Amino acid sequence: MTSPLQATTSEHTSDAVDAAIAVSGAGQAPVGRSPGQLMWRRFRRDKTGVISAIIVLFFILVALAAPLISAVYGKDPYTTYGLDNPGLLNQYGFPILPNGGISSDFWFGIEPGLGRDVFTQLVYGIRTSLLLALAATVATTVIGVVIGIVIGYTGGRIDYFTGRAIDILLSFPSTLFIIAFMPVLENKFVAPDAETPTWLRAFALIFFLTFFGWPSLARLLRGNVLSLREREFVEAAKVTGASPGRIVFKELLPNLWTPILIQSTLLLPALVAAEAALSYLGVGMIEPVPDWGRMFQRGTEVYVDDITYLIFPGVALLIFIIAFNLLGDSIRDAFDPKIRR
Amino acid sequence: MLRFLTRRSIGALFTLLIIAVVTFFMFFAVPGDPARLSCGKVCPPESLVLARHNLGLDHPIFVQFVQWLAGIFVGRDYPTLGHCPAPCLGYSFVNKEPVFAAIVDRLPVTISLTIGSAIIFLVFGVGTGVIAGLRQGKPLDKIASVSSLIGASVQIYFIGTLAVYFLVFQWHVVERPRYVPFTENPLEWAYGLLIPWIVLAVIFTANYTRMTRSTMVEQLSEDFVRTARAKGMSNRTVVLRFALRGTLIPIVTIFGIDLATLIGGAIITETTFSLQGIGRLSIAAVVDSDLPMLMATVVLAAAAIVVFNVIVDALYAVIDPRVRLT
Repeated sequence: MTSPLQATTSEHTSDAVDAAIAVSGAGQAPVGRSPGQLMWRRFRRDKTGVISAIIVLFFILVALAAPLISAVYGKDPYTTYGLDNPGLLNQYGFPILPNGGISSDFWFGIEPGLGRDVFTQLVYGIRTSLLLALAATVATTVIGVVIGIVIGYTGGRIDYFTGRAIDILLSFPSTLFIIAFMPVLENKFVAPDAETPTWLRAFALIFFLTFFGWPSLARLLRGNVLSLREREFVEAAKVTGASPGRIVFKELLPNLWTPILIQSTLLLPALVAAEAALSYLGVGMIEPVPDWGRMFQRGTEVYVDDITYLIFPGVALLIFIIAFNLLGDSIRDAFDPKIRR
Repeated sequence: MLRFLTRRSIGALFTLLIIAVVTFFMFFAVPGDPARLSCGKVCPPESLVLARHNLGLDHPIFVQFVQWLAGIFVGRDYPTLGHCPAPCLGYSFVNKEPVFAAIVDRLPVTISLTIGSAIIFLVFGVGTGVIAGLRQGKPLDKIASVSSLIGASVQIYFIGTLAVYFLVFQWHVVERPRYVPFTENPLEWAYGLLIPWIVLAVIFTANYTRMTRSTMVEQLSEDFVRTARAKGMSNRTVVLRFALRGTLIPIVTIFGIDLATLIGGAIITETTFSLQGIGRLSIAAVVDSDLPMLMATVVLAAAAIVVFNVIVDALYAVIDPRVRLT
């Protein structure tokens, strides 16, 4: 870590990242910085990255504070306001007020049919999407990293057979398979007369997203490990009698944090989109859990009469995914200054 | 080349076989009894047994799989339903016809969707990518970068539905997407699929622009490009014959994946535009627990991916003489 003194010195000299080199060239004491610090400094100068990071943080904050927002706002995503209060929905179940029933009471309008509040559905929907995607991202990353490092490092037969298994998994039509297999899974675990519990559906979604997600990450890391394995510092560790565990954790892993971090930042929005797509196709979260994908499903049913209900989740998801993708790109740039987009 | 193709084809077949086995055994547990479906609503126990026998469901699952597999090559005879000719992927009770016939019937829709949009996004994607790569940092490059970012982040069911809403219901520019066979009326065919093509193109173009641009930038700093320039070749020749050629490798890679995804069942696309292609067919199979149909669509989608993988790998060697096929 940089001491406060060093930090202030460098701030005074120049804000530029390359300042460290310039300073040492000028005969002053060189400022040592860890790769993480260098990355942070580069990232801070990247305006797009900072803005997208703020947007991403905003989404996370909204997800965390959903109950608070809902309490201040005075509504929840479950109550069917439109059905309970006459004058909100017309006889066909569509909002009477223009633009999907947007009013000072219902900021983003009300849902056609059930008459639930769109704003809170959207706010709570972030929770569902983020939580599912985050769990799947963590699981995918852990499994992908472990398998990728193991097959890359051991090589030989394990590598060959896992490689073929990855080939097969990557050739699987995953969306179709998930849609088809969801009923099978529920048939196994849920009694025919019982309703599917929410946790089971959530677990199944995370499981499937992970199941089809890890192969590409594992393959990528395998490639990285293959090139690292031949480097001198690993050779040196081997010669000095380091155990395989030590080589993996102390020599290889620190060099792999960059691709792992970049991949998982890009994986999260992809999984949010995948979850939304599955919900749209009818195998996502179950009512009444607020979910963006299901809002799309309902939105595409009623879009001819009430386009507003489709536009809010659509734009929200678009902003979220763009911000996350930009953040991923910026992290990549910050880690690897050679790449200029 | 021939050796490579043979080796890879055998590998591809093996992959497909494993996918078929896994799918077959997994879906064996699907709720809903195919025999009961074929038997009808009121089904006395003895007819159920008969139906089960006719479908070969009374055999052990392993035998059933072998029968299914053999049916693809030599056809299959069902005691009551008659003969199912050579590429027999089973018999669909919901559609009351051999699965293969239903697929042949629906495939043109999916292929039309794929080909039309592929031409648009390939031409536009590579075109804008090359131009953006050549004019780094200029306004055109920035526009291409920004629009490709948005294109890569939108969801087809969102902008697809928006496009239909505005173009069809608000501005009445075109009619709802529909499928008219190309052989019947080529103009109607193109007209009916215009919105899906454009929407797919908007989404896919982005990827090609990004990829082409970044590879183009890389290629332009390659030694062989510098050499070509040093030899006094015109800018046009350098770009088209040398830089673009190198750019083709990643393009071919993603193009192979995209084509496979599109042909293997553009489930979301077809749902969004209510087009009755393979994707809708597979969804219907899920809803109706039409096991043979589901099995066939999964294997077909996998086959598309596997076949395009082999083609892409072979194309590498054609494009880049430095690539050795092993």
